[in-house]
Amino acid sequence: MGEPASMGRLKSPLRLWQLLAGFALVTGALLLGTMIGPVSISPAAVLQEILGRLPFVSVDSGLDDRMAAIIWDIRLPRVLLGGLVGATLAAAGGAYQGVFRNPLADPYLLGVAAGAGLGATLVITAGGSVDAVVPIAAFVGAVLAVALTYLLGAAAGGRRTGVTLILAGVAVAAFFTAAQTFVQQQNGDTVREVYSWILGRLSTAGWSEVVLLAPYAAAAILVLLMHRRLLDVLSVGEEEAEALGVNTGCMRLTVVAAASLGTAAAVAVSGLIGFVGIVVPHTVRLMAGSSYRAILPLSVLGGAAFLVLADVVARTALSPTEIPIGVVTAFVGGPFFAVVLRTSGRRT
Amino acid sequence: MLRRWVVLWIAVVLAAVACGGDGDRTAAPIEVERIVSASPSHTEILYALGVGDLVIATDLTSNFPAAAAETGKFDAFNVSVEAVAAFEPDLVILFYDPGDVVEGLEALGITTLLFSPPATLDDVFDQIRDLGEAVHRPDEAAALIDQMQGDLAAVIESIPETDEAPTYYHELDPSMYTVTSDTFVGGLFASLGLENIADVVDDGTGFPQLSSEYLLQANPNFIFLADTKCCGESEDTVAERPGWDTLDAVSEGRVVELDDDVAQRWGPRIVDLVAAVAGAVYG
Repeated sequence: MGEPASMGRLKSPLRLWQLLAGFALVTGALLLGTMIGPVSISPAAVLQEILGRLPFVSVDSGLDDRMAAIIWDIRLPRVLLGGLVGATLAAAGGAYQGVFRNPLADPYLLGVAAGAGLGATLVITAGGSVDAVVPIAAFVGAVLAVALTYLLGAAAGGRRTGVTLILAGVAVAAFFTAAQTFVQQQNGDTVREVYSWILGRLSTAGWSEVVLLAPYAAAAILVLLMHRRLLDVLSVGEEEAEALGVNTGCMRLTVVAAASLGTAAAVAVSGLIGFVGIVVPHTVRLMAGSSYRAILPLSVLGGAAFLVLADVVARTALSPTEIPIGVVTAFVGGPFFAVVLRTSGRRT
Repeated sequence: MLRRWVVLWIAVVLAAVACGGDGDRTAAPIEVERIVSASPSHTEILYALGVGDLVIATDLTSNFPAAAAETGKFDAFNVSVEAVAAFEPDLVILFYDPGDVVEGLEALGITTLLFSPPATLDDVFDQIRDLGEAVHRPDEAAALIDQMQGDLAAVIESIPETDEAPTYYHELDPSMYTVTSDTFVGGLFASLGLENIADVVDDGTGFPQLSSEYLLQANPNFIFLADTKCCGESEDTVAERPGWDTLDAVSEGRVVELDDDVAQRWGPRIVDLVAAVAGAVYG
């Protein structure tokens, strides 16, 4: 990563037009996501319906209660959830890549996925009132796994370098995955539920999950954005950053904690949606340069737009049944990333 | 626990469709005194044939009739050849082979019948007939079939003429897996003149997963819940799902809570299911 880092210092990191384009992309994706679904409702009526719900606006969409409920109780929360999850995963992925100076780092690197998987599987197999408890159990599992990774990494001398932390993450993830597989194996009846959770889904639990995720997503993204300059300094090198007065150990702890907490919350409500945390930051990097002052804000916007659009495909491609969104992100994201990689390679 | 049936049913039907076959059946044994049933549907059929006293062990989900609960128990989903053989049976009934169980039991000289989940009502009667022969009760099996056919015909005859077929949604689990009319259960609903809102979905399995949006738009006249025991769903929990309060079936009290077991098994209680559905729709 040494070479792009030096380029990053020469370039002006984030241009206004890039930011505006990002916002336009997100707005477009949100509108598209709300207007397109298995049930066809005219875009004008959708807009009128949403506007009509705003305070001081009196617009009648002419839709009956059921159509209004489709927009307001099912589509809108789902689109917003997709945006929040995408933004959080992309920001966390970008931050991990910066803090570990490793382009392959993704939000699930430190065992978040395995921990959340174990927590969710335990609750699903135990049965009971599943819907409300699964996100909480997944969240607890994810936070525990990352905490364990950090303790293990620190005990093994991970304060100086991120490599020990990554290795600790591998060990913790393997252990939690093994435990999850064992529990799942003992409870054959719930296999489908566990798998549907693992493949990732933007659930239809209405607004409750949006409300659950929003504070964590906002806090995580805010903290990560505040560290964008320090990540640029760190990209020069660990010793150099220390020489410039950055407490890299403390900074790594803060960034990892924020990214993991955000990821844990996202995983808790949506399962494991792969690819977003890697593809979005790298696409942004290829298009807007390698400064984290550009990568992080643009990844937040790009991640939100990407996941909302992927969910549109997931909802409509085989309507009225759905494709797991994790399948769509990989299926659409992979080729898209290849194209970006190729065109940017040609340009430079 | 009960949700296992939905999952396995789907898996087995898929396998049956893929293989185009009805599963392995082997010749009936010469003498039957010790029966092990790993299939709750066939446990019910065995008792209805009057050979309940020969049933020495059943799987954990075989809970009807009550006497079946008193037999030896084992888990049909992690079934091992050794565990079943330890009951020293001379006949074993399976509806699902997790892998080489039939082969293993046959190798030990134990007659094993594998009855795949049925696709039609006729398949059910065929299975009752085959099972009756295997336990040397062909006359009882014929009588049971006659009685079931008579009862079903009586229910179907009793339903009034309607101008327009009532529509329905049959829920297998809270993630909105359902059946189409191509399935055995869907076929029962169709025989009662009901129209399935999931029939527009042709994913080849007969067990599609619907999206909430589609369900709200389809606005079925009736909602049948076959996930009341497994998952605690009810008229009240359904009404709390986002947007569902706008459904006519919810606001007008046409959410029908079924017994999961009755709605998923293919034994003598099919008649109860058909009667419950007909009663809810036309009663």
